Amino acid sequence: MTLDRTTLRFGAVLALLMLASPFIPQWALFMLTIAGANGLVVLGLMLFLRAGLVSFGQALYFCAGAYTTGLMALLLGVNEMLVLLLASAALSALIAYVLGFLLAKYRAIFFGLLSLAFSMILYGLLVKTEALGSTDGFNVPAVTIAGWLPGSGMVRAAVLGVACVVILFCVSFVQGLLKSPRGLVLTAIRDNEIRTEYMGASARRTIHLIYVVAGALAGFGGSIAAIAVGHIDPTMAFWTTSGEFIFITILGGVGSVVAPFVGALVFGIIHTIAFSYSPNTWQMLIGLSLIFVILLLPDGLWSFVRKVRGLKA
Amino acid sequence: MSNVILHAKQLNKSFGAVTAAADIDVAVEAGSCLGLIGTNGAGKTTFVNMITGYLKPDTGVVEFDGRDITQLPPREITQLGICRSFQIPQLYNSMTALENLEVSFGIVSLIANGGSLFTKSDAIVPGLGKTIRQLAEESLERFDLGQYRDKVARVLPGGVRKVLDIAMAMAVRPKILLLDEPTSGVSAEEKFQIMDMVMKAVRRDNTTVLFVEHDMEIVSRHAERVLAFYDGRIIADDVPDTVLLDPTVVRHIVGSARAATPVGAHDHA
Repeated sequence: MTLDRTTLRFGAVLALLMLASPFIPQWALFMLTIAGANGLVVLGLMLFLRAGLVSFGQALYFCAGAYTTGLMALLLGVNEMLVLLLASAALSALIAYVLGFLLAKYRAIFFGLLSLAFSMILYGLLVKTEALGSTDGFNVPAVTIAGWLPGSGMVRAAVLGVACVVILFCVSFVQGLLKSPRGLVLTAIRDNEIRTEYMGASARRTIHLIYVVAGALAGFGGSIAAIAVGHIDPTMAFWTTSGEFIFITILGGVGSVVAPFVGALVFGIIHTIAFSYSPNTWQMLIGLSLIFVILLLPDGLWSFVRKVRGLKA
Repeated sequence: MSNVILHAKQLNKSFGAVTAAADIDVAVEAGSCLGLIGTNGAGKTTFVNMITGYLKPDTGVVEFDGRDITQLPPREITQLGICRSFQIPQLYNSMTALENLEVSFGIVSLIANGGSLFTKSDAIVPGLGKTIRQLAEESLERFDLGQYRDKVARVLPGGVRKVLDIAMAMAVRPKILLLDEPTSGVSAEEKFQIMDMVMKAVRRDNTTVLFVEHDMEIVSRHAERVLAFYDGRIIADDVPDTVLLDPTVVRHIVGSARAATPVGAHDHA
């Protein structure tokens, strides 16, 4: 784990955000939290993309994390947010570890579609399970933070605060991973897997590893989303949810560990604006903005930051 | 032969009706340099592929340092100390020459650290006493690639790609290095220069070298021993002077016109 400049700067931004939180409207705090949750899932997708892989089923782990949080709070009476977050990430990572034995063998479209198939299995199971509310899902009870039950005026800011801590931890972890020799191997797998094997590295083990890491990240994301929204339902595992994560990945780009969060925030803003102005055709605005980004900034929004830096230098 | 590092015992391999290896039996002494010659389809690359684990022989055993490695995957064979370069260079095409070597030494570092997640790329690689960057820069210099340091591999000239491919294989500090046609696709003028430089760089560490080569001048210049392949068999196995003038080898591989050129040609005249 490294606390390099990127992580420190990002941490400073998050700290400023929390300091300013009393002045931020409730709806915006909610949008920021959801953007953070999505950003965590996309951080995992970014790892895949570094190795040249795209997962069309990351919603599986997002949903597993959300349901772990919901069920633990509802059935076991566990209300402590940090415990719920860690348990959700751990369970998602465990599922990823088991499925990873199979998925790490596949590449390209086969990897993508197999991951999609697994997420749709979970969706199908949840839809058919009446005890878990079937397609309606169920409400997640209020959570406590280190024993403190925030009042209704504080809950959004408090949840965002905890989310920021988790996000910073995850960003620092992923940054450390990418800067380690293992991060170099990811790019090597994308460029020439056969050569990488002949150099003595195991592509399968590396992909299995990032698959588990991405699973845990999505588990954190799902848990945060479940707590923030206060309600979960099977659409969290539906393919359109996975599609949104890929959308954000392309929007943000893979140039930096911060890019997923920039992408998720912009997606959140577009989504909120589009939804409030045209509730029936908001997807069209989302689609148009993606076309706009692909045409103008094919490497994602983050490449804009790079371009600006390049101009200054 | 007391100091045998690699022993291929009775290797056989067929692809349908084609026999790619028939009773191949070779013992290689540590520190030696072997040239593998033969026409296309004679079984040279099959032999290299069986040693490096890409192909499994139908029967027979490959022993490395006294250990049976026949069924191991290429990755584990590399980790034991056998590495190869490729006839068509296998590079990381989107990366620069320096980055190609950094990835190579990165893998070395990863293995040396037992695959640990929290190794930093700028840390000293255990056992090598230098950072990944330092090792990569050193390798660029050793293989005369300094001027291509920041060029993307995709645009490098053929000869440079070959050398970079070999430099990457040498990153793992193999005990045995297999070079599959190191000079194919390289212009005639560059060939000797490149091969001289590569051999000097490679043999500095007393690495055992097996190289597949079609140019008999290069074979006689660098090989201490030559294996001549024909139709999946080894038809001659001796010092270059003897093998290159062997009547069967001349008839099937070297050709009578070429037989006049290698070292020892004066005996023939």
